[in-house]
Amino acid sequence: MKSTLKLALGLTSAMLASTAVSNVAHAEDLTLCWAAWDPANALVELSKDFTKETGIGMKFEFVPWTNYADRFLNELNSHGKLCDLIIGDSQWIGGAAENGHYVKLNDFFDKEKISMDDFVPATVVGYSEWPKNSPNYWALPAMGDVVGWTYRKDWFSKPELQKEFKEKYGWDLAAPATFDQLKQVAEFFQKREIDGKTVYGASIYTERGSEGITMGAMDVLYSFGFKYENPDKPYEMDGFVNSDKSVKGLEFYKALYDCCTPPGASNSYMGEGVDAFKSGQVAMHMNFAFTWPGLQKDENVGGDKIGYFANPKGPDGDQFAQLGGQGISVVSYSDKQDAALKYIKWFANKDVQAKWWSLGGYSCLNAVVKDRSFPASQPYAQTFLDSMAIVKDFWAEPSYAPLLQASQKRFHDYVVAGQGSSKDALDGLVKDWTAVFQDDGKM
Amino acid sequence: MLNRTADSVARATPEPLARRVRGISDKGLAWLFISPTILLLLAINIFPLFWAIYLSFTNYRANRPNEVVKNLGFANYKRILGDQDIWIAMQTTAHFVFWTILLQTLIGFTLAWLIDRKFRGHAFWTTIILVPMMLSPAVVGNFWRFLYEPQIGLFAYAVSFVSGIPPTNIQMLSNVSLAPWSIIIVDTWMWTPYVMLICLAGLRSIPEYIYEAAEVDRASNWRQFWSITLPMALPFIMLAVLFRGIENFKMFDMVNLLTGGGPGSTTEVASITLKRQAFESWRTGYSSAFAIILFVAVFGLANIYVKALNKVKQR
Repeated sequence: MKSTLKLALGLTSAMLASTAVSNVAHAEDLTLCWAAWDPANALVELSKDFTKETGIGMKFEFVPWTNYADRFLNELNSHGKLCDLIIGDSQWIGGAAENGHYVKLNDFFDKEKISMDDFVPATVVGYSEWPKNSPNYWALPAMGDVVGWTYRKDWFSKPELQKEFKEKYGWDLAAPATFDQLKQVAEFFQKREIDGKTVYGASIYTERGSEGITMGAMDVLYSFGFKYENPDKPYEMDGFVNSDKSVKGLEFYKALYDCCTPPGASNSYMGEGVDAFKSGQVAMHMNFAFTWPGLQKDENVGGDKIGYFANPKGPDGDQFAQLGGQGISVVSYSDKQDAALKYIKWFANKDVQAKWWSLGGYSCLNAVVKDRSFPASQPYAQTFLDSMAIVKDFWAEPSYAPLLQASQKRFHDYVVAGQGSSKDALDGLVKDWTAVFQDDGKM
Repeated sequence: MLNRTADSVARATPEPLARRVRGISDKGLAWLFISPTILLLLAINIFPLFWAIYLSFTNYRANRPNEVVKNLGFANYKRILGDQDIWIAMQTTAHFVFWTILLQTLIGFTLAWLIDRKFRGHAFWTTIILVPMMLSPAVVGNFWRFLYEPQIGLFAYAVSFVSGIPPTNIQMLSNVSLAPWSIIIVDTWMWTPYVMLICLAGLRSIPEYIYEAAEVDRASNWRQFWSITLPMALPFIMLAVLFRGIENFKMFDMVNLLTGGGPGSTTEVASITLKRQAFESWRTGYSSAFAIILFVAVFGLANIYVKALNKVKQR
């Protein structure tokens, strides 16, 4: 009996010990939160090297884009401990910094000799700094992204189409350099029969629920002369947001939607755009650069059939593009901040960044993107560089959510539903944004 | 013998538990049993309601927990009642509630009346008709979104086949005039069987002898319908209207899945506006006030309606 008891006790102790050991082994596992998209898969692959080097395991919490903001902003607001590291959207930086969700990284960067001068300037301002243009860093630029365009190079190079286009518009059918040209190309392809199939001009952002139509409209408005505020008097928006140039820009976006998008494309964002391009429905496609590696590899539309171009110029020659992308931050509610900082340090390494680019992520490190071999490393690399040089971003204020909701409503009401005029929409937007800033006590 | 049996039964009957648990009366024991449920109810229903009422008088934002919460009095309520967008959302909701209830009641009652004829195979057809109601709203929403697709959707092709209009011109979810109807069609397709079931219960509850008496009096079928069937089934129809009215006032899932409130704001019902204010704009105080207004509106209307229903039943 005694020996049986001893055996039982021994087995129990062994089991408890093994559980404890296994818990110790996993105690330092880090959870990284991000959107569920192609670059996230590349990051999983890349992070295996981190685990090999440090013994720290990586777990991932990826949420589809449509729920990404809701899910993770809820997590941060409730001071949740799910995420040790988060790759949060660029517009969250103001709220996350002011509400104490992210760990301030200045001291860590100084200690580890990580210099923000080593990163593409636009990404530092866009993803890391709050307040903007001040040396207060809350994230390391992680995934560079920008809105650009892809087009069907194989269709553009068809001799009969080239001839017809030249006769009609007087210039060679090629990637458009201005928005006027872009509209002409889109009109040319709209409802055209190509290879026995009806195709359409362009896929643009029209999504209502999250941020789609704002990203698309702003991408055009910037180059038409839209400004968020008086550069000399912050938060003064009247005459800037609703300037004559802005009004023309929004009218253009509506005209592009009305004339040249596929039927039913009234709620289209990243996924729907990719689907429209991949299924051979459209000649041109507006989307964030993160979609390009996947399209390049696509058997039906990739390879030699696809071309890329940066956002075209506006009527006055201005050329800007909507910034996407994110920085990686340490969540201040995490119990594993030291391990999380180790990950940031590892991720900032040049070799890791080079591998990040090769796997399909978009590095923001100058040493990678300014390398002589970079433009030729992928067919879209040069367009990415050109686009990143002209970026502008939406408000990154703590109140970015109501600011975004207002623009989503005003733009969709006008562009898709055709209610009111462009001027009404932008005047309404000034009114809504003013109310938000007044609520915040900033006006 | 009888006495012995009664005695053994009495001895076998367990003592009331309360007598064994010293100091607890039967009433106390009853409270002990129901208290977990009451506590749960207080925690997940009553407390949030009172908390929401409190928040509705403040500027609280759930995404800014560190900010000082200010008491705004009735400012949120005043703002909501003066907000044109809120009134447009309420009008859109009223439009949906009216048309869905009208269509579902008409079609549901007609189907119930037909099924009540007990023709051959009526049980099979009843089951078939009930299928849409058994599906998850998420499945129905996604399924209809594909059906409505102008390029590949069967709905567009069917309408095109009948009308001759090219399918790509039938943009149910993108067209400002058609989008509200696209949701009404789906809601009617899904929930008419529910109305039918309640109406069928009403029709089956009418005693057969009343019709027999009417036959003896040589009342026509039409007269029997107006004088017997409809009045006696009316409380059931009204009950179905009440249930669907409350449900459709809160309509969210179908609108969110099909149009997301668009194009523009043409299908933005009150629940979508509420969700946007609460969880996208994070105006917690403001959205709490809006939720309270909606609650009072539904509660008030439902009460008036129930009183009318009781009057009809008493007739």
